[in-house]
Order: sequence, then structure tokens, then C-alpha cells
Amino acid sequence: MKGYGIWVGRKVVRMLLLLVGVSIAAFVLVSVSPVDPLQTNVGQVALGSMSQEQIAKLEEYWGVGESPLKRYLSWAGDFVRGDMGVSLLYRQEVSHVIGVKLKNSLWLMAAAWVLSGVVGFILGIVAGWNQGRWPDKLIKGYSLLIASTPAFWLALVLLMVFAVWLGWLPVGLSVPIGVEASGVTLWDRVRHGILPALTLSITGVSNIALHTREKMIEVMESDYMLFARARGESVWAMVKNHVLRNISLPALTLQFGSISEIFGGSVLVEQIFSYPGLGQAAVTAGLGSDVPLLLGITIISAAIVFGGNLAANLLYGIIDPRIRRGAAKQ
Amino acid sequence: MKKSFLGWNGRKRTFVLFTLALVLLGVVTLWGQLGAEKALETDFSRKDLAPCLAYPFGTDWMGRDMFLRTLTGLSMSIRIGLLAAGVSALVAVVLGTAAATLGRRVDSVITWVIDLVMGIPHILLLILISYACGRGFRGVVTGVALTHWTSLARVMRGEVLQLKEAPYIQMAEKLGTKRLAIIRKHMLPHLFPQFLVGLILMFPHAILHEASITFLGFGLSPEQPAIGVILSESMKYLAMGKWWLALFPGLLLVLTVVLFDVAGESLRRLLDPGSAHV
Amino acid sequence: MEIEEVKDREEREPEELLHIEHLSVSFEQYQGGMEKGDLQVIRDLNVTIRKGEITAVVGASGSGKSLLAHAVLGILPYNATRRGKINYRGQELTQEREAKLRGREIVLVPQSIGFLDPLMKIGPQIRKGKKDKASRKRVDAILKGYSLKPEVGELYPFELSGGMNRRVLVSTALMETPRLVIADEPTPGLEMKLARRVMEHFRELADQGAGVLLITHDLELAMETADWIVVFYGGTTLEEARASDFQEEKLLRHPYTRALWRAMPQNGFAAIPGTQPYAAHMPTGCPFGPRCSRCTEECLQPVPWKEIRGGRVRCAHTEE
Repeated sequence: MKGYGIWVGRKVVRMLLLLVGVSIAAFVLVSVSPVDPLQTNVGQVALGSMSQEQIAKLEEYWGVGESPLKRYLSWAGDFVRGDMGVSLLYRQEVSHVIGVKLKNSLWLMAAAWVLSGVVGFILGIVAGWNQGRWPDKLIKGYSLLIASTPAFWLALVLLMVFAVWLGWLPVGLSVPIGVEASGVTLWDRVRHGILPALTLSITGVSNIALHTREKMIEVMESDYMLFARARGESVWAMVKNHVLRNISLPALTLQFGSISEIFGGSVLVEQIFSYPGLGQAAVTAGLGSDVPLLLGITIISAAIVFGGNLAANLLYGIIDPRIRRGAAKQ
Repeated sequence: MKKSFLGWNGRKRTFVLFTLALVLLGVVTLWGQLGAEKALETDFSRKDLAPCLAYPFGTDWMGRDMFLRTLTGLSMSIRIGLLAAGVSALVAVVLGTAAATLGRRVDSVITWVIDLVMGIPHILLLILISYACGRGFRGVVTGVALTHWTSLARVMRGEVLQLKEAPYIQMAEKLGTKRLAIIRKHMLPHLFPQFLVGLILMFPHAILHEASITFLGFGLSPEQPAIGVILSESMKYLAMGKWWLALFPGLLLVLTVVLFDVAGESLRRLLDPGSAHV
Repeated sequence: MEIEEVKDREEREPEELLHIEHLSVSFEQYQGGMEKGDLQVIRDLNVTIRKGEITAVVGASGSGKSLLAHAVLGILPYNATRRGKINYRGQELTQEREAKLRGREIVLVPQSIGFLDPLMKIGPQIRKGKKDKASRKRVDAILKGYSLKPEVGELYPFELSGGMNRRVLVSTALMETPRLVIADEPTPGLEMKLARRVMEHFRELADQGAGVLLITHDLELAMETADWIVVFYGGTTLEEARASDFQEEKLLRHPYTRALWRAMPQNGFAAIPGTQPYAAHMPTGCPFGPRCSRCTEECLQPVPWKEIRGGRVRCAHTEE
């Protein structure tokens, strides 16, 4: 088990290093921008309502006096201690803004992540099992078409059909306007989340379905499936014993790796459905030159993506005996 | 004899498909560019027309012909896509080969950078780069160019690594063939098709991302006839029942992306001797 | 009453366990969309397997021998068509019967550990995922029979040592009592000593009354362990002979068999000029014709299967 522990440790360290890299890259990008966040937001209520101390800190990060390295170090130092600075637009602690938005987004992304994963997985199995016949062609065609469809246009079409024409679902906002937060029922949340989640799921399905299909074909052509047939195993036994066993792992890995895409999709989808999540906040921050918020969102989302990749790696290590027992042996 | 004839038939069909896709894309690009001026023409006497024979995609609230506007927008997107994907592919080739040939340390650094770029959600990175460039045309092109090279770079790295180990290349080295000659004679012929297919398959992503980022307001400015701008504007009129403003431009965008995909996939099939008879 | 019936049936049962006549297997291939082609890989093949004996089908690697096993088991790919007659225990072996018997009465011993699911432990794999107590006990008993510890059942295929591999593969055949064991190339790349030990397992199964169909490219091994040797060439069988016939060249019936015999190290190591024809370019007559020095007009037509000196041969020139 010691070998496995070292293996896990390496993965974690690598992830932390990547996160540092992301923070540096993001910091450099916002620093070279010709847009001056302070100038842009000067005179706005934002600065007026801030304490002297907060303004001093902003100038320390984004002012022109200090060297870039020094600015990065002081910003990063505060960030690690949990102080992500103050959002210029929301006039609140960045950590607080991200916390609220992330909670909204997580519902949406988790629903889409699970739904697209399950549906895509099943479609992939069906397509692979029927390779070359009509169910396969249908599923493959659908997946390829969806892969070519921009998420934001799909969102517009769904909005048009379900919210405008049929009037079944609300046009936007995760909660009805003018209702006290405590008055929001779960049903309200669900109702407003359906279309965004649906859009994300529909687009998310294609990737996992195509990959599972490939894996499925590999499994179907494998010697062990041939042997299973030769041993008279029933279809159900084959699915249970061999198919699920051999394709769940790659599918799970892929799905954990696809968090980045779901996140990217959520930025667009949240914007269209006015869903107050992290994606919409990112757009607002970008358009409004709210640099502290933009940086905070970048790092948190990268952390989530790397976390997903790490989870996939660990999962592989735990489930796949070739890695688990192999590493333990070394 | 019969078999090889049929194989040729399959190749021929793929070739026709490839050509057809390219021609259609060329028509869209040219038509859009030639009709650019007309696309901006406003005429309030014909505003808010639903699709009809004269205006197949309808007109908007300023009486602009949506069909021409869409073509112009797509043409713009295609050109941006070509430019950005071209730069991206170049980056991919350089970094991919460098990782495979310049030793372990360079390799681990480049692999690390690839992981890094892949770790930031695409759209978010695009927003950051667009912000860094002060938005606008330059921001989009830089953004798309800097975010799309990762997977092709991985492919190129893998290919070169594999080629280096290939027996005939090791043999050529042992026989004293010059390094440059090996690269030119034995490696490039293998890498070029991979590169070309990777490049063409990068276009659809580039176009989609250009449209997305413009849609969000980070890309081209609202005055420019970009597909993202058109779709973003259409949102305001959706609730008023002007469905054609969003539906047709989007459909044409999907078609463009599909055409690029078809072109890339058929080229892959044409260049891959293994699948020649499929 | 019941027992007597079973006994009665067994007494009446013919010595022949499996009788294959005029078997052909062809593949339907789509080439470039709508056009179809038919590729005949096995044609007019005849083999007989007898109870308690090992029959080896010997042919070059990649000549389509495995399809014979797949045809008997009824696990050919869906684009394959099987024609001809297969009789099993005196009755025709239909698709339905195959489906009922495979894995139970008719079992396959695969050629390598690659035929085991890499993510399933050995024990569950031998008992096909069944979890009941009786199955578990049976697995332990089978493993013990091959002097493997019960713990082997808890290992994954990649953890098996080379020495265990073979015994585990044979174990998979024994969950139920097989009457016909098909071993497809069970000794690939094994050195002679190990290969012999593997063959001992099959001899044991035969001694217990099962018929064994051994598909191999190794003539020497077949000569040592099989009772019957069937020579497979160009998708068909050219000769069926007792293993003892291979003691002397003159006892053999087909020019190809004789050429094979002469190609053995101890008999002169003489290579046969030419190569086996590809399935799509198979001559209508004797497939060995193009390489045979005795080839005449008659050999260009389909050659009938005839009985000579207790064996069978497909050659126009073999005399009594």
C-alpha cells in the first residue's frame, strides 16, 4: 500500500503545482491588460463604499508603482490565507460572492454532469453493442451533430420552444424576482434550473456517448467477450460481468475530465438563462473589469477541474486492480 | 480485381465529399464577403419581416437582410477561425515536436503547460485573454489561437515519440543518415497528414469558440457583422416571437461547423492508408 | 428408472461424438457502401471427433483454423454464414442446440490469458460470475485438481504466473462436465516441455471420456499427443490420419502432408516452395494444386473426399 500512497502523493503535488501555474498565468494576463480596473471603476459607488484599508489593498495589487512580482506575491499571499480581495462590482468579499454563485452553479452543473454522464453512457453502450446497425448510426449521428452545435444556440432554441412558445418554463433567473429568498421553494429552483441543465446535458452527452461507444466496440471485439460467448454466458451475464466492468472506468474518468467543458458550457448557458451562477459572474467580471473576482473565479474553477482529474486518477487507482495491486507490489 | 475497384470507389466518394465540403465553405466565405456592404443596409420599410422568398432568413428591426447578415457573419467567423487555428496549429507543431525531441526536461515542462492550459475552462481562458488584449478582434484571435493547440500538440508529441522508436528510423540512424535527412525523408511525410487533419479539425472548434466569446460580448464589437453578435441581439427579440432571428443564423453556423468536420474526417480517411477501403 | 435410461442412452451412443461434413464458412463484407462481397474462408471441411480421443487439426497460423472452433460453438461473427452439416452425438447441431450446449457440454479452452476478463478475479471468472456456495466449492475443487491454491481464485489474470496460466485456462472448462473440449492453439510459444504438460491435461480429459478437438499449428506436438491428425490447408481438410501414420512418409496420403512431414527437422527440414493462397484467390480444385509437383487436370476440379487405408484424403492421385 506504500507504493500507492506515494503515487497518490505525487498526483496531489502535481495538482497543486498546476494551480500555482494557473494563478501566475491568470495574474500575468490581467496585469498586461490595457484596461485599468481602478480607473474603469473609479467614481463608481464601488470605491466610494470601500474602507480606506480595502482601497489601499486594491492599489497594492493593481497599482502601477510596485513591481509585478511583488504585486503577485502579496496578492497570492492574501489569497492563500483566504482573503481573495473585494469584488469591484458586487462590493463584497470575492470569497463571499464566489461562495454564493458557486452554490447556484453546482446544482446546475451537478445535475447536468450526472444526467449527461448516465444518458451518454447508456447511449454509448447501445451504439457499441449494435455497431454498424441503425441504433448505432442514429446515436453516432446525434452525437456528431450535437458536437457541432454551439451550446448557446441550443439554449436559445430551447428557450424559444419551451419558454416562449409553449410557456411551460420561465425565461430566466434561478428564482422568481421579488420573492424573498426564504420563500423560494425547491420547485421554483428546479423549474428555473430545468432548461439550463437540459442544455448542458444535451451537449454533454455527445462526448461521453462517442467515447463509450469506442470502448464498447473494443470490448465487443475483445477476446474475453468471445470467450464469454463461447462459455454460453447470457446477454445479461455478459453485460454485468464484462461490459460494465470494463467500460465504467474509462467512462468515469472521461466524465471527471469533462468538468472543464461543463463549466465552459455553463458560462454561456447561465448568461442566456440569466442564471445567477459562477459562469454569469465570470462574464460580468470580465465585462466590468472586476479583476479580483475574475482571478478568484479562474482559480476556483481550475481547482475544481484539477480536482476532477485527480478524482479520476484516484478512482482508477482504487478500482483498477492492475494499478492498485500493481503499485502495491512495487 | 473486383475488390480493389470497390475500394477505389469508396475513396472516390470520400474525395467527392471532401471537395463538396470545401466548395460549400468557399461559397459561404466569398458570398458573405461580397455581400458585406449590402448586409449592413438598413431599410425601415422592410423591417421585422418573417422569412419569405425575397428574404429567406427574414429581416431584423432595422430592415437588414438576415440572410446576407448571416453569411457575412459566418464569413467573418470562418476567416477568424482559419487565422487563429493556423497560428494554433503552428504552436502545436513546434511545442509537440520540441517536447518529443529536446529531452526529458523540456518534455515535462511542455506537458505541464499543456495540462495547465487544459485546466482552465476554455471559455474562462478566452475571457481572460480577451481582457488581457483589451477585447476586440485582436483579443479573439489571440484567445482562440492560444487555447486550441493543446490536443494537437499532444498528438504531434506522441507521433514523433513513436516515430523515433520506429525500427526503420532507428535503422536509418544506425546507417548514418543525417538527422535532417531523416526528418525530411522519414518523419515529415508521416507527420504532415496528421498535422493537416488536426488543423482542419481545429477549425470547427475555433469557429464555435469565436462565436461563443463574441456572443458573450468579449469578442468582436456590436457594429461588426459577426455571428455571435447576431445571435446575441436575437435574444432580445426572442420573447417578441421573432424566432427567425435566432434560428436560421444558428442553423447555418451548425452547418458550417459540420462541413468543416466532414472535410477533416474525409481528409483523414483519404490520407490514412489503413482505412482506404472502408 | 432415470439412471437406467441414461445408461441405456450411453450404451447406444455412437463412438463418433462430433461429425462435421462439408462445412463452409463465408463472410459477407460490405465494400464501399452498398456493394457486397462474399469471402469464403472455410470450404468443404470434414472432421470427426471420437469419444475419449484427441483429434488434432493441424494447419499453418492464420489459415482460419479458429473459425472451425467458432463454427462448432456457434459464435461466428454476425456477418458470417455457416453451411454444411455438423452432427453432435448423433443429432444435428443446430443454432439452438449450440446455444444450449456451449459452455456446458461443449467447452472451449482458449489459447491465452488474454481471453480472460482482465478486471475479473479468477474464481468468479471460472464460475461465470455465479455466487452460490456450490459453485464456489466446485471452483476450489477444480483448482485443487490442478494443484492450485484456493487463493488463486482471488487473483486477477495479470497476477498469474506463467506456470499457473495454463492450468487456470483449462480450469475454465470444468465448471460443468464437458463431453467435447475444443482447445484452440493451447500452447502458443510454449517450450516443448511445458507444452507437453499442457497436453497431459487434455489427455486426462479424454481419458475421462471426453472428445478433444485440438487446433494447433504444431505438427510435432500433435504427433506426440493426438490420436488422430487432420491436416488443414487453404480453408479445407486434406487428410485425416492416425497419428501413428506419421511414423513413415509412405503411410501418409496427401502430397501436402508428405511435404509437411519432410519439412520436420528430423526428416530433412525441406521447406515447401510457395505460400498458402489467400481466401479470396483460392483455386476451385485442390488448394495445394499450385504448389504440388503431381498436379494434373483432375486437381483443378473439386476433389472428392475418399477413404484409404483407414484414413481419409482429398487427392486425385493417392492409390490404395
